[in-house]
Amino acid sequence: MLDWQFSLLLLSNGVLIGLMYSLIALGFVLVYKATDAVNFAQGEFVMIAGFVVVGGLTVAGVPLAVAVAGGLVAMIAFGFALERVVLRKLIGRPVIAVVMATIGLAAILRGIGPFGIFQGTRPLPLPLPDEPFVLGPLFIPPIQLVGGGVSLAFLAGFGWFFLRSRKGIAMRAVADNQQVAMAMGIDVERYFGLAWAMTGVVSALGGVLWGNMLGVDVNLALVGFKVFPVVILGGLDSIPGAIVGGLIVGIVENFAAGYVDPYVGGGTKDFAPYVLMILALMVRPYGIFGKRIIERV
Amino acid sequence: MIHRECGVLKTTYEADMALYPLPIARYTVAAIAVLFFLVIPLALHEYYLSVANLVWIAVIGALGLNILVGYTGQVSIGHGAFMSVGAYTAANLATRLGSPWPINLLAGGLMAALIGAVVGIPSLRIKGLYLAIATLAGQLIIEWTINHVTFISGGVQASIEVPRPRIGPYVLASQRAMYYFLLVFVVIAIVGTLNLVRSRIGRAFVAIRDQDIAAEIIGINIFRYKLLAFAISSFYAGVTGVLYTYFLGIANYEQFQIGVSIDYLAMIIIGGLGSVLGSIFGAAFVTLLPILIRYAMEAFSGVFFSQATMLNLIPALRLTLFGALIVVFLIVEPEGLNRLWRNIRSYFRVWPFAY
Repeated sequence: MLDWQFSLLLLSNGVLIGLMYSLIALGFVLVYKATDAVNFAQGEFVMIAGFVVVGGLTVAGVPLAVAVAGGLVAMIAFGFALERVVLRKLIGRPVIAVVMATIGLAAILRGIGPFGIFQGTRPLPLPLPDEPFVLGPLFIPPIQLVGGGVSLAFLAGFGWFFLRSRKGIAMRAVADNQQVAMAMGIDVERYFGLAWAMTGVVSALGGVLWGNMLGVDVNLALVGFKVFPVVILGGLDSIPGAIVGGLIVGIVENFAAGYVDPYVGGGTKDFAPYVLMILALMVRPYGIFGKRIIERV
Repeated sequence: MIHRECGVLKTTYEADMALYPLPIARYTVAAIAVLFFLVIPLALHEYYLSVANLVWIAVIGALGLNILVGYTGQVSIGHGAFMSVGAYTAANLATRLGSPWPINLLAGGLMAALIGAVVGIPSLRIKGLYLAIATLAGQLIIEWTINHVTFISGGVQASIEVPRPRIGPYVLASQRAMYYFLLVFVVIAIVGTLNLVRSRIGRAFVAIRDQDIAAEIIGINIFRYKLLAFAISSFYAGVTGVLYTYFLGIANYEQFQIGVSIDYLAMIIIGGLGSVLGSIFGAAFVTLLPILIRYAMEAFSGVFFSQATMLNLIPALRLTLFGALIVVFLIVEPEGLNRLWRNIRSYFRVWPFAY
């Protein structure tokens, strides 16, 4: 009953979508890696970025490149401001404080979303052809190809940043031990801000790509729910983990949607990654590539 | 509660742990009981009583979540799902077997406790953030299951109507009857929680919250107590779900989605983690806030917005204010409304002197 053409189609689709999940998960990983803070508002970051870009296109009427650049700048500023105003105050507090602060932030952003200019879903047009590329049995929408490419480029770029660049090494030092990093002359708070700004950059691009695929409205934030299975599977602090986790989630949800949905009446796409995640948490809670934490009293 | 003692004169642990530290505390509680059992239900209009009923339901749920998050320190984003387990258990029993409400209530609570303990199993290996995400997964999986398994949800709309609860021949149809019905459970929940947290179990919970490895070393069976915390908390949630179902007359999964879990987390954070009084404050605050916002918006609606835009804006504004309140409380007053109340009390304890 496994039709190989159909399976191949699901696989290619899953891989490309998975890479786009990886891009958003990357935003989560960057913050967690550098600051030990978890961002439950990742999806809302993407949504706000989408709103800014669409706002630039429709309200201000600027060309696409300017709107995207505006979105990038706005999200970087937002990242810095957020770190300064909210998250710096929560350093050293229990996990639940940060978790709840970002959940609260998500609520704020989701509430602001429909205010003012936006009612209903807005398209975010990109200069890409609508017809999918046909490769034998495969149909590949151009936006997914571009999305996958951008994701890979960013993942590689940030991988290089953390491994080779001076700032990236400093950021890893901050993540490893804040006190020692401070003693070595690293301005820890500046790097915290930088990490959030980097999340802003990733979210801005995520907002453009996903906004093009799904349309920009409050529901764009639901993409954020996919981040948790991705990062748990891959490991919360690992960039390769974000890629692998994203691929696994993309492929699994596509196969679930293709083969299980007809029997249970839909919705397995959102459900299957979480089941997988629960299993992963039971077996290997720190993820495939994550750092294992040893605790002492 | 409101009295002013002239110093700490306790000489035994029993005195320190007593529910009524001084005789006057008894009178305070009696006065509050008279206020809530006689004055409020007889003085208020039915509409305000229905609002009060919503507060009572939220109080029970918030107490349950506070046992888990505030006292045991296990973050849970699945409280709403446990409520739905209770609600659908009771609704199915009521419609399929026609069983009376006490059985449904107990069955709903126990079923939620069971599911809650299952969701809590990962807490043995993982904690903090990972546990939060695991309970989030629990929430989504339970939501999906209820929505897609027609045996549970009873059809496409996933809503089941339940008959009104009755005591003997008397059907609890009015809000006033519902008020008394709910208030009884609120009192049981408050007294139960107060007694739980000063017992051996409650102190084991607090030990696990403060330092779980150390707690294990002094002989607390962490696995047992963590699961117990999940079970007790989910029992409260299940009972909340059943009561809410009886209050609405219908079980609907939309009433128990992830937003509800977050509302309850907001309640205990705004009210105060690890505090019974804080849970009550938080539940009242979070339940009343949207209603107050609506009144305020309606008062100004003609000035700023048209009726239609206002209806669109109220949920958005509520969400934004909620988020802002959570963030502000976390930054400015992490111990919540309970702490503010204690500050006021300790100010008046020595008033008019400075100390």
